[in-house]
Amino acid sequence: MALEDVCGFEETLLHRKWFPASYLEDSATSYRTTDSYNSGLRQEKSVGNNGTPLHFLMPALPYSTTFNRRRSFPVPPANHSVTVRRPFPLSHGTTTLGFIFQGGVIAAADTRASAGGLVACPAVHKITPIHSHLVVTSSGSGADCMLWERILAREIRLYQLRHRRRLSIRGAAKLLSFMLHPFKGTEVCVALTLCGWDKEAGNTDCVQRSEDSFSQDATAIAHSASPHRGPKLIYVCSDGARLQGDVFSVGSGSPYAYGVLDRELRWTLSKDEAVSLAREAVFRATHRDAYSGNNVDLFLITAKGWSQRKREDLKEEYYRDMERRAKRVEERKRLTEIDASR
Amino acid sequence: MEYLIGIQGPDFVLVAADNVAASSIIQMKHDYDKMFKLSEKILMLCVGEAGDTVQFAEYIQKNVQLYKMRNGYELSPAAAANFTRKNLAEYLRSRTPYHVNLLLAGYDDTDGPGLYYMDYLSSLAKAPFAAHGYGRFILNLPSFTVRLIDKEGIHDLEKLTSGAK
Repeated sequence: MALEDVCGFEETLLHRKWFPASYLEDSATSYRTTDSYNSGLRQEKSVGNNGTPLHFLMPALPYSTTFNRRRSFPVPPANHSVTVRRPFPLSHGTTTLGFIFQGGVIAAADTRASAGGLVACPAVHKITPIHSHLVVTSSGSGADCMLWERILAREIRLYQLRHRRRLSIRGAAKLLSFMLHPFKGTEVCVALTLCGWDKEAGNTDCVQRSEDSFSQDATAIAHSASPHRGPKLIYVCSDGARLQGDVFSVGSGSPYAYGVLDRELRWTLSKDEAVSLAREAVFRATHRDAYSGNNVDLFLITAKGWSQRKREDLKEEYYRDMERRAKRVEERKRLTEIDASR
Repeated sequence: MEYLIGIQGPDFVLVAADNVAASSIIQMKHDYDKMFKLSEKILMLCVGEAGDTVQFAEYIQKNVQLYKMRNGYELSPAAAANFTRKNLAEYLRSRTPYHVNLLLAGYDDTDGPGLYYMDYLSSLAKAPFAAHGYGRFILNLPSFTVRLIDKEGIHDLEKLTSGAK
């Protein structure tokens, strides 16, 4: 996708039909004029799309005028067509989590894709690397997540090629959030957690965002040399929410995962402790939640980039846990017998 | 349920907002700041639907800043409030209404302190005190951010917490 852009492939009619302009091109004309490659080659992009970043070829939803019902996809009413009914329930149901500690960012997720009451696939990758220092955990509708991850990767790469520096994690989150905004109220269901490491200090706005200018999260101030460099964890969802924090868990199994995480999570965890905590949290969530299960994927992101642990089958973890419990019961029985015989 | 409150005094406005960012039954953040600094002496508190709050508030924030850059002086709180209301009203009858409830608090060097109440139907009222939400302290909403605006500008006050930390 990025290569097509650089080669000017998008000037052809075919390309314009199937690959609409990327989000960033619809905005400011300023860099079009300063970029010597582009001037003269690009024609005026149509602005009649209400600022929608990507005109997808999708059927227009029924025109909605009632106040409380959320907006329909902003397509001119001439293209009316009946909404296509889904042939099967979409895959939802997940446990994904991410947290920041002194050794970096941990991202963990289960690997089950469920469609209604069926396990559609027991070995899905819910954590996707976007670039060397950014990894995205996905939750919600599997198809939507895959698409939006690719779109995000494309836009980040395009930004990097145009501006010769990497977009910060916050910038990537904001970009994703703005791209998802026109689809608010439609059935796009995407809840991504961006887990990454900012290597350079990001650009500060002329007027700093209220989060920066006002008191920041205490741990962030205490533990990072500059608020813009270091580990980042940002939750973006298709409702429009964009939250930066230290620990997030998303999905149907998230209450269970939060329970385990809130108990043990500390900044000072060692790498092994953090990994085992993440694994335990996903394990407990998959144990109780029907829509999560099978395996656990674990990624660790540090200043050097992301590294992936081997995928672990939670069945083994379950058997180990059963054995541990059995041993404990044995031990207790033995002790009570000894006490009784005294 | 989110909560905002503002109280106008003789030469200050005191505002507080809760710190919870929730997604259905889960509290995702306990330290979320709902106040948006529009200018040196204007603060906007914004609650409502998940993405709409930040989108709308940042839109207003950037536009107020743009006004200052273009004209060299800042918008007054009254002007900012009316600008916000106009935008909300325009979007209200479009296909993309913003479901946000706002409090706008500011200090005007000529008119003094002002507190404006605005709701998602873009009704605007200047009031001596105003609130949005239910605001059950300790049980539902463990902590509140508190700020004060006076002729010196915006001051952070101590967070109100249940002390259980």
